[in-house]
Amino acid sequence: MIEFTLNGQSVSSGAPADTPLLWVIRDEFKLTGTRFGCGIAQCGACTIHLDGKPVRSCSLPLSAASGKTVTTIEQMADDHPLQVAWLEVQVPQCGYCQSGQIMQAAKLLEDNPDPSDEEIIEHMNGNLCRCMAYPRILAAVRRAAELNREAQS
Amino acid sequence: MKFRDESLQVSRRNFLVGSVSGAVMMAFAPAGLVGSARAALAEKQFSPTVWFTVDADGRTRVNIAKAEMGQHVGTALARVVVEELGSDWSKVSIEHVDTDPKWGYMVTGGSWSVHTTFNQLSQAGAAGRIALVEAGAKMLGTDPGNCSVEAGVVTCGEESVTYGEIVAAGSIERTFTDEEIAKLPLKPAEQRTLLNSDTKALDVPPKTDGSAQYGMDVELPGMVYAFPLLPPTRYGSKVDSVDDSKAKNVPGYQGYEILEDPSGTLQGWVSVVADSHWAAKKAAEALDVSWEPGPTAEVTEAEILGEGERVAADRQAGYRFVDHGDMDAALEKADKTIEAVYRTGTALHFTLEPANAVVEHKDGTWHVHAGNQWQSLILPVLAKALEVEESEIVIHQYYLGGGFGRRLFGDYMIPAALTAKAIGKPVKMVFDRPSDSRMDCVRSPSVQHFTGCFKGGKLLGIEHGVAAGWPTKAMAPGFMAPSVDGQEAVIDPFAINGSDHWYTLLNHRVRAVNNELAQKTFLPGWLRAVGPGWIGWGVESFMDEVAHELGEDPIEFRLKRLDGAGRNVGSDPNSVGGAKRLAAVLEKLRDQSGWGKDLPEDEGMGVACCGGQERNMPTWVGCVAHVAVDRDTGEVKVRKLSMTIDCGTQAHPDGVLAQAQGASLWGLSLALHEGTQFEAGQVKDRNLDSYKPLRMADVPELDIQFIRNDHFPVGMGEPPLIVVGPAIGNAIYNAVGVRLRDLPIRPEAVKAALGA
Repeated sequence: MIEFTLNGQSVSSGAPADTPLLWVIRDEFKLTGTRFGCGIAQCGACTIHLDGKPVRSCSLPLSAASGKTVTTIEQMADDHPLQVAWLEVQVPQCGYCQSGQIMQAAKLLEDNPDPSDEEIIEHMNGNLCRCMAYPRILAAVRRAAELNREAQS
Repeated sequence: MKFRDESLQVSRRNFLVGSVSGAVMMAFAPAGLVGSARAALAEKQFSPTVWFTVDADGRTRVNIAKAEMGQHVGTALARVVVEELGSDWSKVSIEHVDTDPKWGYMVTGGSWSVHTTFNQLSQAGAAGRIALVEAGAKMLGTDPGNCSVEAGVVTCGEESVTYGEIVAAGSIERTFTDEEIAKLPLKPAEQRTLLNSDTKALDVPPKTDGSAQYGMDVELPGMVYAFPLLPPTRYGSKVDSVDDSKAKNVPGYQGYEILEDPSGTLQGWVSVVADSHWAAKKAAEALDVSWEPGPTAEVTEAEILGEGERVAADRQAGYRFVDHGDMDAALEKADKTIEAVYRTGTALHFTLEPANAVVEHKDGTWHVHAGNQWQSLILPVLAKALEVEESEIVIHQYYLGGGFGRRLFGDYMIPAALTAKAIGKPVKMVFDRPSDSRMDCVRSPSVQHFTGCFKGGKLLGIEHGVAAGWPTKAMAPGFMAPSVDGQEAVIDPFAINGSDHWYTLLNHRVRAVNNELAQKTFLPGWLRAVGPGWIGWGVESFMDEVAHELGEDPIEFRLKRLDGAGRNVGSDPNSVGGAKRLAAVLEKLRDQSGWGKDLPEDEGMGVACCGGQERNMPTWVGCVAHVAVDRDTGEVKVRKLSMTIDCGTQAHPDGVLAQAQGASLWGLSLALHEGTQFEAGQVKDRNLDSYKPLRMADVPELDIQFIRNDHFPVGMGEPPLIVVGPAIGNAIYNAVGVRLRDLPIRPEAVKAALGA
């Protein structure tokens, strides 16, 4: 059994240690907000936080989560500035990549309260949006940073 | 098209409005139905294609039979209904429905949804309003003519009653005949409160918190996981032998099935079954399958394009789709001709949600769970594959993690269904990315041969041959179109639309030619924009070549020929204004883009325009691309895309803008970034390590503007894609003087052209 913390709960999984964490989260713990896209860590749809850092769960073996803290989109508060901004800007089209986009963006805003467009693009470029809602993703990250700063001032 | 105007499907139907279990239900029903509307509605004896309810709290719920794949279609369709119904928009919800014959023909594609249902939904909404106002007027003790409606409140002078109160009274019973429905006056445009004004899309909230349910998220009690093993060729492969001795070492492995498919869709497939997706995938990798490959196991992209080039150039080949004037005489009379061959390579749909389906046989019904765009197409195929009646199958709809035309064909449901049938358990099959790419019904490689003929420095006409694999021939032959010389069902209209453009030419001939090698090797797909997507590349690039040949400014050249004369005059309502509307788009675009301004060295602007997906539903789009070319590397950098669009009435303007943004970036991605090739009968690039769609860093400045009006709504999901590639090609020519004729445009090709 491999034990870790999932969205604040202590959990353990008996899946084979090489099983990508994505499938454990989705199929064993029924948290389907984390998506499967490419399976080789190049689309970002499966992005979660491992000890607070965004990682691609499709390529992370379950064993790597042992004793660590895993956070998924479901753990994010509904009034998180990113989700508020995503609604305001009307970002999603098909929506399939958006959990990953939001989890990826969350780390940027934590580290950098006022990212430039260049910094946002650099941070987000590994997340594919097949509908190509990129202009709105960019605008929404910018807006979320602004909401964050407003809340803190 | 048989289902082009969905209002025709209900022409022999009554519209019923009646109080049923605490709500008022509104739906179409067969005209022959006798008895009360309420009884018929309560027993669901209706054939709605649209069906909505208003409850005692004034909440409106609209059932949507179209697939939601990012276009916010439910929001747009509900806006159309509620505009006329007059209920409170803030209390509107939508429900995406499962397959049932009562919904009529179920298809979501062609950028059709709003256009083809607009009249029917508007009339249904209007009928609902009339019934509610009649009942409300009675409650207020007045005549309906004295009442007005706003946001679900019926008002007469000082007094008012809400839709909720009217519904709660529970006394509505009203039938409109199809003649009455057809005659209902719709709101004049200036009285509209919802259409052409902004709102938030109803499907966005669940897509921001992970709660949206895609086919991938379905789970049923007792289900097992399956993983597909695909044969070496799309057609004609046979499984020789399977050795699962190594797979047996994978914990959770349950077994394999060689899939026999009576529908013929799957030829030589193996399905691996296990306790989990990961175990099924690992066991599949450990399974030793030997195939006897089909006849196309060695086919390459170059061979497919070569065959296309051969038949596109052969003036006797194919079927005439356009034959205006006397092309043969023009060719003979010409004192000069220019010829050009334009090609596009294979492209993948690459929907981010890979193919998947969950299938369960329960209480005599096959339940198929999968996001899909054309349920009415796959239902008979599934019935054949499972050897059951269509009435024994229900397809359950979910959000689609991307459609782009891929999910018009539900072939990915079949391996799950056959596995479920073979093992007698519910099965969830999830394709991995390489399998999804190999099974994709790709955008066919295409070749276009143009001959422009001139006399005395004037353009006499254009001969145009287009060769490609034809999706409609392969998957929906009932939708094949006739040639202009009267041969029935010989042309795939979706693979030739766009060649019948809106320019006035003295002589114009278009031949549609099926590339038979393409057709044999793979299943051609309806990838976003379909034929116009590759035809626009050829037509709009060649128009530029002709403009330069004549020494005319490319925009002036186009404006002169978009004169709205003769067959290009347009017709009410779909194409009212005709080519003149496209000319107006170009005129606005010229100012908007700063066309003609001085640019640095090796930079240039190029223009392209189009009439959308089909002449019967023209979306008027123009694009100017501003590019910079690096002569050393051959790299093309798009600095800005300026786009002008006239799509008539916008049911959901922000959704229209989102589609324009996405489709234009798709056009850019197909022009400069993504693409693959056939190699040994299969697509070579199957995942993001080598298949490279546009990323955020590749997005140029976008300036998308609309000509706003109240004309009949037309499609927006695809048309902006069409113009971007040729605008870039034309811009490269204007920047550095070389003409690129192959899509995608690769730096090596630019370098080679510059060096030549």
